[in-house]
Amino acid sequence: MIEARHLTKVFDLSPARARRTLDAGPDRARAVREAGGVLAVDDVSFSVERGELFVIMGLSGSGKSTVIRMINRLVVPTTGSVLYDGTDVGGMTPRQLRGLRNERVGMVFQHFALFPHRTVRENAAYGLKARGVPRRERLRRADRALEQVGLGQRGGAYPDEFSGGMQQRVGLARALTTDPDVLIMDEPFSALDPLTRRSMQEQLLELQRDFRKTIIFVTHDLNEAMRLGDRIMVMRDGRTIQLGTGPEIIARPADGYVHDFVSDVDRTRVLTAAAVMRPPWVTAALGEDPAAVLARLERSRARGAYVTAPDGGIAGVATPEALSAAAAERRADLEHCLGGDYTAVPDDTPLVEFCHLTGGHAVPLAVVDRDKRLVGVVPRARVLDAIASAAEDRSEHA
Amino acid sequence: MPRIPVGTAVESSLQWLVDHAGGFFDGVSAVLLFAVNTVYTALVSPLPFVLIAVFGLVAAVTTRSAVLTVFTVLAFLLVDGMRLWTQTLETLAVVIMAAVISVLVGVPVGILAANSARVSVCVRPVLDFMQTLPVFVYLVPSVFFFGIGVVPGIVATTVFAIPPAVRLTELGLRQVDAEIVEAARAFGPRPGQVLREVQLPLALPSIMAGVNQVIMLALSMVVVAGMVGAEGLGGVVVSGVTQFDIGLAFEGGIAVVVLAIFLDRVTGALGRPRSSGRRTRTALDTLLRRRAREEAPREPEHAAA
Ligand SMILES: Nc1ncnc2c1ncn2[C@@H]1O[C@H](COP(=O)(O)OP(=O)(O)OP(=O)(O)O)[C@@H](O)[C@H]1O
Ligand SMILES: [Mg+2]
Repeated sequence: MIEARHLTKVFDLSPARARRTLDAGPDRARAVREAGGVLAVDDVSFSVERGELFVIMGLSGSGKSTVIRMINRLVVPTTGSVLYDGTDVGGMTPRQLRGLRNERVGMVFQHFALFPHRTVRENAAYGLKARGVPRRERLRRADRALEQVGLGQRGGAYPDEFSGGMQQRVGLARALTTDPDVLIMDEPFSALDPLTRRSMQEQLLELQRDFRKTIIFVTHDLNEAMRLGDRIMVMRDGRTIQLGTGPEIIARPADGYVHDFVSDVDRTRVLTAAAVMRPPWVTAALGEDPAAVLARLERSRARGAYVTAPDGGIAGVATPEALSAAAAERRADLEHCLGGDYTAVPDDTPLVEFCHLTGGHAVPLAVVDRDKRLVGVVPRARVLDAIASAAEDRSEHA
Repeated sequence: MPRIPVGTAVESSLQWLVDHAGGFFDGVSAVLLFAVNTVYTALVSPLPFVLIAVFGLVAAVTTRSAVLTVFTVLAFLLVDGMRLWTQTLETLAVVIMAAVISVLVGVPVGILAANSARVSVCVRPVLDFMQTLPVFVYLVPSVFFFGIGVVPGIVATTVFAIPPAVRLTELGLRQVDAEIVEAARAFGPRPGQVLREVQLPLALPSIMAGVNQVIMLALSMVVVAGMVGAEGLGGVVVSGVTQFDIGLAFEGGIAVVVLAIFLDRVTGALGRPRSSGRRTRTALDTLLRRRAREEAPREPEHAAA
């Protein structure tokens, strides 16, 4: 839906000079600095799918705001392009660009950026005013948007009569009144206290569920990124360091910077069964010969094998005792040596919700995907490792 | 160092202008004279008491100060009692004219300067020049162009009063929160809409402070304008001084002060933030807001209350 290709932005140099400087040599950042410019964003590419909540994360000054402002061209890229459904924003006429900003993209700002001289209702109606919608109609739709964010009755007030959380709801309502498909949010909850932030996050997720907006969300708070983001792009010094889902980033940080960043997060809530599982040592299909499976089991250190049905689902667990009994009886398949002594969890379960289930059986915890197919196992030791490395990170940090 | 004939050059170029653009200056002169006479006629046509009551009302509404309201009424009664009523109104007409022209020129230039660093850099030395060049130096050429009377006074006053209008407009616009302007732009408004609907309203306190200064500078010029034949309080003071009539000079001076205090407090109150709620608002804001609230559809909550 939105594709950013090789976005680069140099501030404080004329575009032509900036482009020449960028082409000059391998160390672009240094060349730009020596020419007296700022390389705010350096060759950033990504694409955001329709309905996705895409998070951009990074420390202050890493270029996050500049990137998202290039998406609706509030900042003009020095090089690179942004495409909406394949259409290049850079090639648009001023009129088309206004149309894009007005109808397709809504924006929410860190410090709310409400118009202090207008009522809350007029603030929320601003996008429609820019579109030229008659006053009565736009105020009606503003009221509806205010309703959506839980401020239905307060439209007559002025923004300065509101708390920060309420002001940002107005900011959200202002972005929603024009009914855009894309929401761009620049650290929208950073200025709010933790409780308010939490409830705003809930509200955003609800909105996202109900209306399937495509959302590009900037934050410097990893916990927020993990809670909200389908995918997360980590930036530093204007460059993309890592792009992936939350659990992927936690489990395999791309470098020390990301590792430091993620060490703050509460891993037990972020790490899912899929992120900590490993392949089972021994599995068996339902039609196999018990003696052969027993031989495989004895060569490994496993104390039982998951037996899978033809559709990939778990049929049961075969222990060595049951297998040797079946072998003695010369059974042709595993039908008669299946036990139910195991637990399975979906692969998106957070660690905190399944760690107490591990170690209760001879076989490790089974992890199944959406179609109930066995995709991996989590032995107790792996859970302890995951928690221990989180704790270690935290003590390093303290 | 050889003598550099700057003076001669200026003189001959002024002469050239008079010779070749005399018609233009005559036209400007006629328009200004007509405009200032219209304003003056409008001011003198009601009875003094009626106008004094209006002044009192204006003071009450804008400043909400009983003291200033009473002062306004008494002070203008005193002016009338000194038989300086018509002269005061002549001066007021000149000040209004000069202020209107200064604002009409100064605010747009201020807007341009706020939007472009280049314009800002070019305009600044010109403004310095206009403000610091001794008044008499351009009073005489303006007599040259416009003849004796009220018009050169208006022109000289305007030149002197434009700089604060430009400066405070530029300052006010530059101080508007960049994120708010960006937020407005992010919704794709038509060209000019952001300036009209967001930047100018938010810069209003600063612009009003500029208007206040314009008016005060214009008033400070009236005596000088009296020297080139402008009637009004300037003329009164000048004739008092030249005839060693100390009493007359003082009476004229007092009337100038009365006018100054009145205009300063009223325009100051329009621009000065007045605390109400958590954010401070200007009186003008409050007036505008009241209108906005009335326009807004009634809410059930309010109706019940
Ligand atoms: N208009 C501008 N002119 C010059 N430099 C700028 C401008 N905007 C941003 N920069 C610089 O570009 C770099 C990236 O800024 P940007 O605002 O994109 O960072 P950010 O990741 O959003 O940071 P923060 O978390 O503080 O908002 C910074 O070094 C900043 O100083
Ligand atoms: Mg930022």
